[in-house]
Amino acid sequence: MTTKEFAGATMEVNEEGFLVDPQMWNKDIAVAIAKEEGIDELTEDHWKVIEFCRQSATDNGAAPTLRQITSGTGITTKELFKLYPKGPAKKVAKISGLGKPEGCV
Amino acid sequence: MGEENRKIAFICSKGNLDMAYPALVMGWAALGNGINVTIFFTFWGLDIINKARQDRLQLAPVANTSMKMSMMGLPTGNLGIPNLMGIVPGMTAFTSWFMKKKIEEVGAPPVDEYIQMLVDGGAQLFACKMTVDMMGLSMDNFVEGVQDIVTAGDFMDMTEGAQIVFI
Repeated sequence: MTTKEFAGATMEVNEEGFLVDPQMWNKDIAVAIAKEEGIDELTEDHWKVIEFCRQSATDNGAAPTLRQITSGTGITTKELFKLYPKGPAKKVAKISGLGKPEGCV
Repeated sequence: MGEENRKIAFICSKGNLDMAYPALVMGWAALGNGINVTIFFTFWGLDIINKARQDRLQLAPVANTSMKMSMMGLPTGNLGIPNLMGIVPGMTAFTSWFMKKKIEEVGAPPVDEYIQMLVDGGAQLFACKMTVDMMGLSMDNFVEGVQDIVTAGDFMDMTEGAQIVFI
């Protein structure tokens, strides 16, 4: 298992850079991962998505799929792809400190 | 992140309900992973983007050896729907309804909504010129988001370096 430093804290990450333990996540870490993923600033809408993902993972034990995110937050597909360009499924899950979404839609 | 430069292209040549979904599911997964997606609709595949046909895609039980009665929860093991029953009026409507129900149960949207999601996520959709000419269609027949009617040669040009999946 490799470790990586985010916002001054050393975290265990898997081979794709996802946090191994979602409990270790906090907002500063989210900001640091987002920067690494090319998102310089997390706006209110970014946080809306992240908070939904965190809640959904707590309730269901897995990161939500993109369609679950759009129907759960009211953020449209277009907006979601603008907020998290080039691969929102992985980016959102990674920034939220969760594993990859377990679902196809 | 090697996927950032990855390109994938699907050729959809079938208009049956079950043959519409593979490109929709895989195309959506590709967009979610940051992969560039192009879909070329040809022959019966044009039904998937045809306004008048998109919501009416069907699945016929006749000559479909995978369609077992056990899918409906009957304790019939490997027994298929007898082909003779498949010709009873209403059977195709029934199996289509049943498959749509199964698709909905796993949280997948109907074809029209799926296409819209793909377009919103940045997939590029094209219709095959030869089929369009053959069937007397035009851009007016297609749903919003279809970018153009292109030739096979155009498709080859625009998918240079892409992984191509034929369905």
